[in-house]
Amino acid sequence: MNSANHNILQIKDLKKYFPIRKGFFQRVAAWVKAVDGVDLEIEEGKTLGLVGESGCGKSTVARMILKLLEPDEGNIIFRDQDISRFSEKDMKPIRKEIQIVFQDPYGSLNPRMTVGQSIEEGLRILGIPRGEKRRGRLEKLLKTVGMSPDSADRYPHEFSGGQRQRIGIARALSVEPSLVICDEPISALDVSIQAQILNLLKDLQDQLGLSYLFISHDLNVVGYLCNKVSVMYKGNIMEYAPTEKLYEHPFHPYTQTLLAAIPEPEPGRKQAAITMREDIPISAPPPPGCALQGRCPHEAPECRDEKMPFVKVGEDHFVRCWRVGQNGVARYEP
Amino acid sequence: MIEESASPPDYGLEQPLAPRRTRLEEFWLLFRQNRLAIMGLIIFILFFCIAFTGLLLTSGSDPVFDPSLVRLQEKLRAPFSKPHLETLRPNEIPTLGIYLLGTDDLGRDVFSRMLQGAWVSLTVGFVAVGISVIIGIFMGGIAGYFGQRHIRLDQVLVTCLLSAGAALVFFNQAKWGAVLLVLGHAYIFYLLLMRLIAVRKIPPKRFELLHLDTISIDTLIMRLVDIMLCFPSFFLILTVVALLPASIYNIMIVIGLTSWMGTTRFVRAEFLSLREQDFVAAARALGVDNFRIIFRHMMPNAIAPVLVSATIGIATAILTEAGLSFLGFGVPPPHATWGNILSDGKNFIFDAPWLTFVPGFSILVVVLAFNLFGEGLRDVLNPKLRERH
Repeated sequence: MNSANHNILQIKDLKKYFPIRKGFFQRVAAWVKAVDGVDLEIEEGKTLGLVGESGCGKSTVARMILKLLEPDEGNIIFRDQDISRFSEKDMKPIRKEIQIVFQDPYGSLNPRMTVGQSIEEGLRILGIPRGEKRRGRLEKLLKTVGMSPDSADRYPHEFSGGQRQRIGIARALSVEPSLVICDEPISALDVSIQAQILNLLKDLQDQLGLSYLFISHDLNVVGYLCNKVSVMYKGNIMEYAPTEKLYEHPFHPYTQTLLAAIPEPEPGRKQAAITMREDIPISAPPPPGCALQGRCPHEAPECRDEKMPFVKVGEDHFVRCWRVGQNGVARYEP
Repeated sequence: MIEESASPPDYGLEQPLAPRRTRLEEFWLLFRQNRLAIMGLIIFILFFCIAFTGLLLTSGSDPVFDPSLVRLQEKLRAPFSKPHLETLRPNEIPTLGIYLLGTDDLGRDVFSRMLQGAWVSLTVGFVAVGISVIIGIFMGGIAGYFGQRHIRLDQVLVTCLLSAGAALVFFNQAKWGAVLLVLGHAYIFYLLLMRLIAVRKIPPKRFELLHLDTISIDTLIMRLVDIMLCFPSFFLILTVVALLPASIYNIMIVIGLTSWMGTTRFVRAEFLSLREQDFVAAARALGVDNFRIIFRHMMPNAIAPVLVSATIGIATAILTEAGLSFLGFGVPPPHATWGNILSDGKNFIFDAPWLTFVPGFSILVVVLAFNLFGEGLRDVLNPKLRERH
């Protein structure tokens, strides 16, 4: 990948392994490779989609970017600063820049604090003095996310899921971040509300020039919001491409399956179903080679050899699959 | 950034859906349905008023009700009996005109003594539980929030060094003790200095052993809790009280120091689950400091079970104090407590049953009221138990 400095965030070879402890002495029996060498880059003011099934390590990546989890290996470069080894003290100025919107609108707001108090925590960090000025900022923030200013004195249990998600967004915006990580922000909402929140996120990006890392398992949503997409499977990035290219010419068998799984809006229209074999349980030590082996419909002997390299198949389009690089199956020539 | 975006999005501003109701109103709506708990609350308030007025009326040089006034000629009078006015001096006539709850074997007015004892029970209950709750929240909070951190070998060594030094000073070996103390403090100072100066310095290889992890803070605190729970606490209190001068404050402190384990466990359990909640992660992502996360964000959510256990703890502390006083280890004799009234009365249980029944019944009612109130609180504060009635 090119490392031009218009990237707001760049992640190189990020790894996080969790130990499975067993027995009386709690010795480490095995490692779960939650994130196993992930590379991402997010351009300033753009949106990168991170797609994958549940348990593939998307949220772990998000938590490592926020330094809520310590990465085991790799670099997280935010605006030319490698924050991957930063201590809590070093992170202080960075914290304001990177914020997160959570999946669960019920768990993400403190039930014992009013909406205003929750959002004001951010304003306090910014150093805005208590009183008229802070109140003004608070009300403006609430209006920005489409909530009435008098919501500030209410408790979270008085709001619906979509409204809470708006409040969560307002809290993230309170410290004026430049990068917002959206960790499946709409998957817990009704379909009608989903569209509203998506539009809100899009409007905010236009108004405030935010960059997003948009984590989702829904390729449809990602197609609407994202400029580029990374497809993740079992801790590995399988394919990375601009959104249109990914939709038109998916290379990786896993991406193809995901795309085929999007429901057709037209009733009666047949879709070409691609079925995958049953997944092997994650607790078993993964075999070397491609993470998809055992499930891939086009498996070949070389898939078991070693970790796949990231193969360039077009401009800004990378795939981690032997077939693409070797026998040129479905090779795409722009 | 925000200033520029004055125009709100196209769709209208959203209003909250649920009716406006504070948590307190919500709480009261639910609590009201539990009749027993309401009764507990009423008795609790009544007890509080009685104890407080009792303190005012029985203390001072010339109290309205004198609990220690001895009238030997009037001993063991039954409740509601009229005093023999002809045998009494004017200042010995009971304030109410009758012995409302009778007199004891020294002719002291049981009603006055009960009033005085109520304040003792109340303060013992509240102060002891206050101490235990403060310790419990502190220990539980640390175990729950910082529990995964490990104590390093050098920290253990310094602690040993410091305590050895303190022990030496205590046993009149001031010279060697001072050396150890200075060494210990110098090392602590060195560590602080390194933390302030060095940005990120990997310790040299030869000191690696000193930075070895020993046990986690969680293990340390929770095993301490287990050890404390192993002691039969009443006998521990008896031992301590036997060694200390008998005073009401010692009893409060000793009861408090031996009953914090339950609160610690509750708070730790709450913190362990709260720590993984998204709103705590959000606060950390905003850059809120640990202290504020613990006390502003997490503690209000963890306080419900503490409140419940504190209410029931007050009942237990009152019982413990009564038990201690009954055995003669409690508050020293001239001062009346419900426990020692009961204890004095047991010799006359057939001649003057009111001497045992009045304090015994009062203890029963107050303890029961606190327990009912505490259970009512738990039902309301724990939504999972709400639908069971």
